[in-house]
Amino acid sequence: MAQFRLPKNSRITKGKHFPAPEGAKNVKTFRIYRYEPDSGENPRMDTYDIDLDDCGPMVLDAVIKIKNDIDPTLTFRRSCREGICGSCAFNIDGTNTLACTKGIDEVKGEVRIYPLPHMPVVKDLVPDLTHFYAQYASIRPWLRTQSPAPPDKERLQSPEDRKHIDGLYECILCACCSTACPSYWWNGERYLGPAILLQAYRWLVDSRDEATGERLDELEDPFRLYRCHTIMNCTKTCPKGLNPAKAIAEIKKMMLARRGL
Amino acid sequence: MVTDNRPLSPHLQVYRPQLTSVMSISHRISGILLSLGMVVVVLWVLALASGPEAFERINSLLATPIGLVAMLVWTFSLFYHLLNGIRHLLWDAGWLLDLRGAYASGWIVLVASVVMTAVVWGGLL
Repeated sequence: MAQFRLPKNSRITKGKHFPAPEGAKNVKTFRIYRYEPDSGENPRMDTYDIDLDDCGPMVLDAVIKIKNDIDPTLTFRRSCREGICGSCAFNIDGTNTLACTKGIDEVKGEVRIYPLPHMPVVKDLVPDLTHFYAQYASIRPWLRTQSPAPPDKERLQSPEDRKHIDGLYECILCACCSTACPSYWWNGERYLGPAILLQAYRWLVDSRDEATGERLDELEDPFRLYRCHTIMNCTKTCPKGLNPAKAIAEIKKMMLARRGL
Repeated sequence: MVTDNRPLSPHLQVYRPQLTSVMSISHRISGILLSLGMVVVVLWVLALASGPEAFERINSLLATPIGLVAMLVWTFSLFYHLLNGIRHLLWDAGWLLDLRGAYASGWIVLVASVVMTAVVWGGLL
């Protein structure tokens, strides 16, 4: 049964306020979720007033500036700062996206930053993605074949067949879509969620893969696949502009097609 | 490392309501309301079968302000659930499954539900 309220240990309290330096003219307020596992305290919202004249243009620039100049205890994941690693996925201004590709000027008013929704929090903006990765591993995301590999070259694919994985291979597994999905919130333990299902579809339509039937068998389950109710929060939020909802619908169609329906 | 006492990050509390999710939950709510409405329809038919006094009584009950509001909500729920159900069928067939299609069809469903409700009630009043 879905639990809509946050558990007692997760309710958010008021945090500290870090005012902008004297003389700052172009000030923007950032409200950031903080959780310190060793304190025994509940999560809190800290407020940082940032001088935008002394800060880069992206939300990630501001978060890094806070860590470097204001509050070194702020903890978050980041790496490439150009939307390809998927590390800095947060809930920013109410939707999930990558801090490095979200412009500060895209947010009206205060910039509110939370960790990805409905996940166990390790510290501050760092969610525990263990289960998400385990679900990814469960679909065995690699080429499964029976036929022997060609002795002198790799398995080839025509340009037309290669086109089938466009819009799929670009997924960086940032988990924005899965943690935007209410179905994944309530049934994430058993429902694979949009990101993993998009990956599953990526292997289902790969012309070189020879385990299509096996893969579909593994997804034929009331929870793993069919908890998708086409809410489309996934597609709405994907920072890479991909369409997990469509990929899931295509898997459902493949299920029907192989039953001759 | 203790991992079982980790807080759960906020979800419904912070996620921005948007057409996609609001229309999805409204579909469920309208379905529940319609199930309740079915009970009232059955009661109404029962009253009709048990004679003019009972029929008179249930009709006057439905004509109270609360009864009228309930019937207005049920009318809207009916059209919303019907049209959005068709939208879901189209999605299941693989159509309209991009953001443009989802938003355009979503707004059409909303506007058409309001218009159809207005037409029914306009005809009654």
